[in-house]
Amino acid sequence: MAEIHLDGVAHSYLPNPTDERDWALKPMDHVWRDGDAYALLGPSGCGKTTLLNVISGLISPSHGRVRFNGHDVTTTRTEHRNIAQVFQFPVIYDTMTVYDNLAFPLRNRGIDEATVKVRVHEVAEMLDLVVHLGKRAIGLPADAKQKISLGRGLVRSDVAAILFDEPLTVIDPHLKWQLRRKLKEIHERYRLTLIYVTHDQNEALTFADRVVVMYEGAVLQVGTPQELFETPSHRFVGYFIGSPGMNFLPCRLTASGAEVAGQAIPLGGTVLAQAAGASVLEIGVRPESIRLADGGAGLTVQVRDVEDLGARKIVTCRLGDHELKVKVSAGQAVPAERATIQFNPHLTWLYADGRLVR
Amino acid sequence: MDKWQNNRAWFMVLPVFVVVAISAIIPLMTVVNYSVQDIFGPGQSVFVGTEWFKEVLTDRRLHEALWRQFLFSGLVLLIEIPLGVMIGLAMPKKGWTASLTLVLLALPLLIPWNVIGTIWIIFTRPDIGLFGATINTLGIRFDHTASPLDAWVTVMLMEVWHWTPLVALLAYAGLRAIPEAYFQAARIDGASAWAVFRYIQLPKMRGVLTIAVLLRFMDSFLIYAEPFVLTGGGPGNSTTFLSIHLVKIAVGQFDLGPAAAFSIIYFLIVLLFSWLFYQALLRVGTGEKR
Repeated sequence: MAEIHLDGVAHSYLPNPTDERDWALKPMDHVWRDGDAYALLGPSGCGKTTLLNVISGLISPSHGRVRFNGHDVTTTRTEHRNIAQVFQFPVIYDTMTVYDNLAFPLRNRGIDEATVKVRVHEVAEMLDLVVHLGKRAIGLPADAKQKISLGRGLVRSDVAAILFDEPLTVIDPHLKWQLRRKLKEIHERYRLTLIYVTHDQNEALTFADRVVVMYEGAVLQVGTPQELFETPSHRFVGYFIGSPGMNFLPCRLTASGAEVAGQAIPLGGTVLAQAAGASVLEIGVRPESIRLADGGAGLTVQVRDVEDLGARKIVTCRLGDHELKVKVSAGQAVPAERATIQFNPHLTWLYADGRLVR
Repeated sequence: MDKWQNNRAWFMVLPVFVVVAISAIIPLMTVVNYSVQDIFGPGQSVFVGTEWFKEVLTDRRLHEALWRQFLFSGLVLLIEIPLGVMIGLAMPKKGWTASLTLVLLALPLLIPWNVIGTIWIIFTRPDIGLFGATINTLGIRFDHTASPLDAWVTVMLMEVWHWTPLVALLAYAGLRAIPEAYFQAARIDGASAWAVFRYIQLPKMRGVLTIAVLLRFMDSFLIYAEPFVLTGGGPGNSTTFLSIHLVKIAVGQFDLGPAAAFSIIYFLIVLLFSWLFYQALLRVGTGEKR
């Protein structure tokens, strides 16, 4: 178990990066607190796996230091870092039995067979692999294989952290939640530091205590699922998390607030002062934070489309030249053409050049 | 109801039948035909049943050639497979050195087989050959036209030089196909280089190595052109392998009957051993036992 510090870590796969796009990871400082479950969320190609491999030591970063509990491990080889990593596709040793697969990391480290036996049985019990122990690993289904991969990480009692690189990609949907629950259970029992890479927001939000959102090689925001949902610090986070994502409406600043399509939205004085001078100004509001009504006070919109999702309806409306989505409950009647909307003032934010201004 | 459609399907497989018939069955049946007859000349033949088979099976020279052949093919597999795997492991994985290695390795495979024999005759000549003259100058007497051992060493060297690249290329292809995650997982599990080879690389190469073993067994068991050019089967009969012996009977002595009977036995031996190797390699490491 360890607290993992990244000090100014940056990485490029090119020998001489010149352009900003040459960097797979842009310089970052980050602390992974001991015993927390993190999800590393972002679209494909944003640097999640690179970051994971920097922590496990499979990649040595072009810049910066990696520290485990204060010790500099930047140059320490993977096998000496005490990291466990589970990959997207199950990695098992085909010719070995499940028992030998689980025992492999311990035997490689010269641990005596009596201890190996105890540890392997403990882990097999935890992962429901006891019935498979004597079988060859190659014949088992994908979820059992992925459990073996995980088991090889858990079998070492002293792992600093367990890293998951989209481990549920090849698992059937109905087994996914079972495995995810198993992971949570293991986390609660051992309080290991877990870092879980995914591009699936549901997976990230249900699994993690804290979610790290990455985009184009940079960490945009770190927070609890609720923080990411309610106060996305960056346009991308608002758009990426939530389904559908946050609405962004170009706006103009006035003396007392913002103006969208000729309609005023009041904002605080400090917000206005900070936003001054930005070239792109937008109002961000979640579809869940908009109240839709048939007439009354608020902004007038044209209703364009209603998608019925069963429990909810998603209403697409036009406000001036801009489109926005509103989520309403299934029972609510939606006017056919004209409706009024009201933004929840506590969850409506101003974004200057893509960044949240508070 | 489906019958008409089923019959039409035969037309679809007809081209395959024709090709197989022309390429394999008809020539093979000609051989079968010869093997049961004594042919004196055009239109003059007598049915002799299994006589040629009996003669061939009790032929001492053939027995000797057969054991020689097994020794040769056995040595070929024992040397070329491990050596090829080692070369495959050592080959660079990317960059211009990888391309260069591939080209260099492929070179012996591109040379016509009789030319290979000629190259090695000159290369190993005790008077002017680079290898032969050098080694004789060093004080080691070496002459493949006089000593059976030297002849065997030369034929083995030639065979290894000629065909190990094929095994190496197959092994290399097998190794390159292993996903990177396996090696990363092995590093995380603290596996040694030997453990990586034993538990990841070797099992993952099983498919290509099966092909390599089969190809090298069949080819080496049927070897003709290179040793024929190099040693002509000598000195004495020391490098007379099965096909050289066969050609001596069929073309040299024009004994078509025994030669045909022998061809069939030869074919069955190759078939039997290829099947045995295939079955064995299919099972190894999968835990299935028979």
